[in-house]
Amino acid sequence: MEGKLLRIRNLHASVEGKEILKGVNLEINAGEVHAIMGPNGAGKSTLSSVLTGREKFVVTEGEIEFNGKNLLDLPPEDRAREGIFMSFQYPVEIPGISTVNFLKTAVNEIRKYHGLPPYPAGDFLKMIRQKMELTGIDNKLLNRSLNEGFSGGEKKKNEIFQMAVLEPKLAILDETDSGLDIDALRTVAGGVNKLKRPDNATIVITHYQRLLDYIVPDVVHVLYDGRIVKTAGKELVAELEKKGYDWIKEEVKREL
Amino acid sequence: MNGLEKINADFATLFKDGREQLEAGCSAVMNGCREEAFEKFVQLGGIPQKTEAYSYADLVPVFDKDYRVVLKYIPQNVDMNEVFRCSVTNLVTHPILTVNGRWFDGNVEPELPEEVVICSLQEAGMRYPDLFLRHYNRYAPKADQDGLVALNTAFAQDGVFVYVPDEVVLERPLQIINLLRANADLMGFQRNLIVLGKHAQATVLVCDHTLSSQHFLMNNVTEIYLDSGARVDYCQVQNQYAGAAQINSLFVSEQRNSAFESNIVSLYGGFIRNNMYVSLNEEGGSCDLYGMYIPDKKQVVDNYSYIDHIAPNCTSNEHFKGVMDDSSLANFCGCIRVRPNAGKTVAYQANNNLLLSDTARINTKPQLVIDADDVKCSHGATVGQLDEEAMFYLRSRGIGREEAKMMMMFGFAHDIIRHVRLEPLREKIDDLIDKRLRGELSRCFHCTLPCRK
Ligand SMILES: Nc1ncnc2c1ncn2[C@@H]1O[C@H](COP(=O)(O)OP(=O)(O)O)[C@@H](O)[C@H]1O
Ligand SMILES: [Mg+2]
Repeated sequence: MEGKLLRIRNLHASVEGKEILKGVNLEINAGEVHAIMGPNGAGKSTLSSVLTGREKFVVTEGEIEFNGKNLLDLPPEDRAREGIFMSFQYPVEIPGISTVNFLKTAVNEIRKYHGLPPYPAGDFLKMIRQKMELTGIDNKLLNRSLNEGFSGGEKKKNEIFQMAVLEPKLAILDETDSGLDIDALRTVAGGVNKLKRPDNATIVITHYQRLLDYIVPDVVHVLYDGRIVKTAGKELVAELEKKGYDWIKEEVKREL
Repeated sequence: MNGLEKINADFATLFKDGREQLEAGCSAVMNGCREEAFEKFVQLGGIPQKTEAYSYADLVPVFDKDYRVVLKYIPQNVDMNEVFRCSVTNLVTHPILTVNGRWFDGNVEPELPEEVVICSLQEAGMRYPDLFLRHYNRYAPKADQDGLVALNTAFAQDGVFVYVPDEVVLERPLQIINLLRANADLMGFQRNLIVLGKHAQATVLVCDHTLSSQHFLMNNVTEIYLDSGARVDYCQVQNQYAGAAQINSLFVSEQRNSAFESNIVSLYGGFIRNNMYVSLNEEGGSCDLYGMYIPDKKQVVDNYSYIDHIAPNCTSNEHFKGVMDDSSLANFCGCIRVRPNAGKTVAYQANNNLLLSDTARINTKPQLVIDADDVKCSHGATVGQLDEEAMFYLRSRGIGREEAKMMMMFGFAHDIIRHVRLEPLREKIDDLIDKRLRGELSRCFHCTLPCRK
């Protein structure tokens, strides 16, 4: 295996002066699926916000290397152009911008960054149709305003559809399963699995086992109180499901 | 004398000395309205200053220039049909040009269903005296506190006249293209009259342009009458330049079950004042007023509306939105009047604004006077900045900050433009807004719709 895709070292980050991440270490190789689990408020969304460059979150210590580049130097749009994608826990509704125009702009901005000409217009729609099929997206969503009036399930599916179109190197799915019924969950997971390739990686953030029954992780981490306190194989999922998080909290206390 | 007194005195002199020229070529009905109108102007104190309807608009700098008022038609030394040719892709219209507020003598007669009349206001006054008498200056006096409307009635000589008889549906939109072109600073008074018979329908597109870089001040009045069951879709694109000022007063008289829908898009202009007066005179009438304004630099856009629910069971819906940059100023005042007899009125009003700079300003004021029971009225105004959450969402997909900003402003505006019914026109206006937001229109004196020239 050549170099790591993502390398996080001793990451500390705070929001509004409050330290949330207290020394996160994490390494991800291309081709892997990592699950990050942990109780509410542990800092999971904060970690994805820091990775995608949300400005409210201030990194006070540590480093993040992505594909050999210092990620912390880059504005959010450049991180996306380098291949980071986050499926939002709460996708934003943007009135007046159709999903298809939004995607065309995004694809072409990313291409421009890599010195490529705009996607040929005819091929673009062909590609979009193919990705819609892959992710089970209804044709009608394309011309509707981005996420506006979408149901919870439609929003999450739309996130995975965007991921399919943008073909990121690292996809971060933040609670993509929350608010989904079992059918929608299957479609979403199916989409993610189909997009899996040897040269990309996925971080699945969740606090339920449900989604991980469909997207099987190679590595499972538990994030608790701003630190990764446990890392194991996929068997950890079942253990957490059975025993909850309290035993981990106990373990952490004992170590301190 | 201060500036304002001098301006008012100049109008008095002009009205007295220019009277003969003013009346030449105009019908008795038009000329018969002048005296009373000018008296009204004087009685109201001349150019409005700190009156209720003009509380935020400072008109002194607008009027205080050495404008010429030309009281006769000056032939243009070029064919305006050649100078200006507007072709909105996929949209075929009946184009009608006016130059400096007057019917252009080179207008090509459009092919229209029989009995539809489109001609100059002067000609209509002579050829259709009954129609003219029934409708001319019957609706504008509604603005009985606005000296500028009275001033138009006193000085107006020409403009566009449209008559669509009962049951006739105009398939193609009528496009009135108002061009300003002069070699000295110029003030003008255009007067339009649009009459729709029972169940008649028309789409009217009005485009305002400047073709030379003199100062212009147009004080225009348009009266629109809708007989029962008639429908008018009205769309106005104001795209002038920083040295132009326009006062644009629209009077709509609606009878039973008629429908009026308007979209006023203020793309560019030094000073733009839109007055929109709608009277819902009989049951079942509806009006939808939409507007979008995008001022920057030191532009001023001032929208004033007065919707009068006179009869029961009528609906009005008003939504204006603005994006303001630099040191621009926008004002919005929306009056809704529900008369005692107008039960079961439904009236909505909203005004939303995006401020892009610390120095841009907006004054927004609803005014609801409700004298009937059993009515549904609501109003709301917002002033805000671009949504940072949405901004981050777009950026996290690889879209740069500037582009994301453009997209969000465009989306904000499209919320208004989406109401334009004709698809090719809607697309064109969307496109103009996009160009405008990207700053690609501001230096253009010419039409921004693709020009064959
Ligand atoms: N924008 C914010 N401002 C202030 N505190 C925040 C903000 N976002 C998250 N936090 C705090 O950070 C902690 C971790 O939150 P989060 O990362 O959302 O946890 P998780 O996703 O694991 O549930 C919580 O205590 C939360 O209250
Ligand atoms: Mg979270």
